Amino acid sequence: MAADRLAVVDAALSLERLATALERLARDRGEGCGALCSFVGTVRAVHQERRVRHLEYEAFAPLAVKVFAQIEAEIGRHWPGALVAIHHRVGRLEIGEASVAIVVATPHRAEAFQACRYAIERVKQVAPIWKHEFYEDGDVWIEGAPADPDDETARQAALERACA
Amino acid sequence: MRVKVQLFARLRELAGRGECDCDVPAGSSVADVWRAVADRHASLKPFAGAISCALNADFARMTSPVHEGDEVAFLPPVSGG
Repeated sequence: MAADRLAVVDAALSLERLATALERLARDRGEGCGALCSFVGTVRAVHQERRVRHLEYEAFAPLAVKVFAQIEAEIGRHWPGALVAIHHRVGRLEIGEASVAIVVATPHRAEAFQACRYAIERVKQVAPIWKHEFYEDGDVWIEGAPADPDDETARQAALERACA
Repeated sequence: MRVKVQLFARLRELAGRGECDCDVPAGSSVADVWRAVADRHASLKPFAGAISCALNADFARMTSPVHEGDEVAFLPPVSGG
């Protein structure tokens, strides 16, 4: 089930759950995997010299899950045989808590590192998710660039960062 | 015809609501829906050049045509991760 692997969730994230789902999928395919690479994004205590008290993440969940599936497909085209799990959390998060967890399984380690980096770069570029930072003295919606899943220049930039 | 509009993050806060109905003429595009919403909530206007849009929970273009009952979402610049 893709829902095990690609989801927006409102509870604490578990890397182990994602890794287990991928290991099982790889085994079901009969090939297993030689490498699992993971990334966890966590809440920083300071942003541009302001002390962060907590964060809130908001998502357009149905579209975010479709974006995760698109990222999975992009990874499958570039790194054949790679399997991907992406969970992004929403709601209130405290300092140090995980906001996003990604695990990639591949036959060999080199492409596991690359594909995992690519996944987080693409999540940041395209997923319809927003971070609201609350400080001692105010709050700010963080805004990057408008999401465009078909922007090939952005996709290439993510690929270059992943393969640097 | 009537469409349902969804606003997220700062757009939602500026408009004071995350969902509203919007009446637009037949043959309208997503851009026409945006103009109707921004006319009602002037604080949204500065975002015109910096939003993405979705139609029935799929990414769309501002030129995409809309139909009765469609869900049109406007997305400010994203910051997940």
